[in-house]
Amino acid sequence: MSTSDFRAEVLRPQARPRLYWTLADALVLAKRHLIQIPRIPEELVFATIQPVMFVLLFRYVFGGAIAVSGTSYVNYLMAGIFAQTVIFGATSTGIGLATDLQRGLVDRFRSLPMAKSAVLTGRTLSDLVRNTFVVLVMWTVGLLVGFRPQGPFISWVAAGGVLLLTSFAFSWISATIGLLVRSVEAAQSAGFIWLFPLTFASSAFVPTQSMPGWLRAFAEHQPVSLIVNAVRGLLLNQPDATTIWQALAWCVGILVVFIPLAVWAYGRRTAR
Amino acid sequence: MSNRPAILAEGLQKHYGKTRALAGLDLAAEEGSVLAVLGPNGAGKTTAVRILTTLLRPDAGRAEVAGLDVVKDADALRACIGLAGQYAAIDENLTGYENLEMFGRLYHLSGTVARRRANELLERFDLLEAARRTVKTYSGGMRRRLDLAASLIMSPPVLFLDEPTTGLDPRGRLAMWEVISILVAEGTTVFLTTQYLEEADQLADQIAVVDLGRVIARGTADELKTQVGGERLELTVARGGDLHAAVQAVRPYSSGELQVNVDDRQLAVPVAQGAQLLAAIVRDLDAAQVPLDNLALRRPTLDDVFLTLTGRAATSGDLSTDTPATRTLVRSTQ
Repeated sequence: MSTSDFRAEVLRPQARPRLYWTLADALVLAKRHLIQIPRIPEELVFATIQPVMFVLLFRYVFGGAIAVSGTSYVNYLMAGIFAQTVIFGATSTGIGLATDLQRGLVDRFRSLPMAKSAVLTGRTLSDLVRNTFVVLVMWTVGLLVGFRPQGPFISWVAAGGVLLLTSFAFSWISATIGLLVRSVEAAQSAGFIWLFPLTFASSAFVPTQSMPGWLRAFAEHQPVSLIVNAVRGLLLNQPDATTIWQALAWCVGILVVFIPLAVWAYGRRTAR
Repeated sequence: MSNRPAILAEGLQKHYGKTRALAGLDLAAEEGSVLAVLGPNGAGKTTAVRILTTLLRPDAGRAEVAGLDVVKDADALRACIGLAGQYAAIDENLTGYENLEMFGRLYHLSGTVARRRANELLERFDLLEAARRTVKTYSGGMRRRLDLAASLIMSPPVLFLDEPTTGLDPRGRLAMWEVISILVAEGTTVFLTTQYLEEADQLADQIAVVDLGRVIARGTADELKTQVGGERLELTVARGGDLHAAVQAVRPYSSGELQVNVDDRQLAVPVAQGAQLLAAIVRDLDAAQVPLDNLALRRPTLDDVFLTLTGRAATSGDLSTDTPATRTLVRSTQ
């Protein structure tokens, strides 16, 4: 250990407007999460192999047994699998926050002169970037196994936009859960469990017509189905404005409710 | 330099539900000094650190650090303090360098300065070789050094160390003490919490003994030891049956109450001028035909201080490196 001067110079934080730091600090933390992904095997599998497995599984194993009208099953499937993947991918927001809380990193962040919001926005932003990457991987795999999107390119971009908004919205739900539970393990199970009925009892993988009446009533009106239908319409050149607006309304509604909830949960969790 | 203490806490109170963590804590540390807050687990040490570092608001009372109010001036204060905790709060999946650069950016240094500072600190903390490895691969001591390095990015005038050596091996502990000493020599005010009496003794200018959320004694290590009295002669007789004879032999030399521990065949005798009496005591014991296993003259430890102040040992097990004899001693009535 060198005995040279630890306090050689007095450093001052740069003076910039508050809004600048709100963004800059969030980006610093988003970068932190993104450079970790290739270093954590589970994260890497979660981001690449798992979505590919899902495409292959539904395309080749279940696909043959599921009848859809008007298009091939793989064309039908991709919208569902995109939506399911971004929604499941959003659970890592809550798990990451719970991990940071448990390891004391949140305390260190809070002792710094950084924007408080960055702990939450950094996470949700990096998960958005990761999900964008995942969707692109799946798009490529989809094309390889016969997925043929129809209609103009701009609608595909719009479909991507709906998916990313979905990813962002569900990240905030996940953040709220991760901040409310007491441990990383709880964040894991509580973050996932409710997503199964929501994604499988939906129009993601099978047409809702095949479901019993009571389930169909739920499946046709819940947000995941609306999101999947909006994306599917955009990818297959059958865009339905009402469905798209409903899907967007759900995403915005989720954000309006869960951003304040997550902020509240963060304050509550760090108040002791 | 200034008259104002670098750290000042007045009447701090904090409750968690029905649990009272702080019950009117008063503390003060001069600029450039080391204040050790000593106490067992649950005494309120960490709560005090969390309030002084703006992580927690007190329910009542006030505190100032570096002349800034911990509640009203919290934002400004965060740029002048460093905090290193008992759990190394660094990102395991980043490299040492990436951690320091990230924290530098979050202190709102420019990219260039943050990178330069990261390299400087890695070098000073002997982590340059490991700089490009993820922290996952670091030893406990290396993590703690990186954690401390992260708290020194801004060269803060006031540094908070919450049990900085808990869980470190003796070598890691000595290395940490060395760094702390250098920082203090350079003028940093250090607020240190510890369960280790030896650590407070080694590093602190002032010690505040905390129990149940309030300060029960304060002063230098020597002042606190004086409160307990002078030296003590401790002896262990070879045969348990000799204990009574030993008590008879040493009683004339005692300056206070004798303490006898029958199970361990031990006797503790407060003595005024132990060194001068030692020869006489040994002669008398010899004459009484009491063979000894052990005989030692020792100054009171902070452990004794704690026992005297609270009527109980600070904690079991991990407290002191001194003999645990005083904890089990039965008071002799006669």
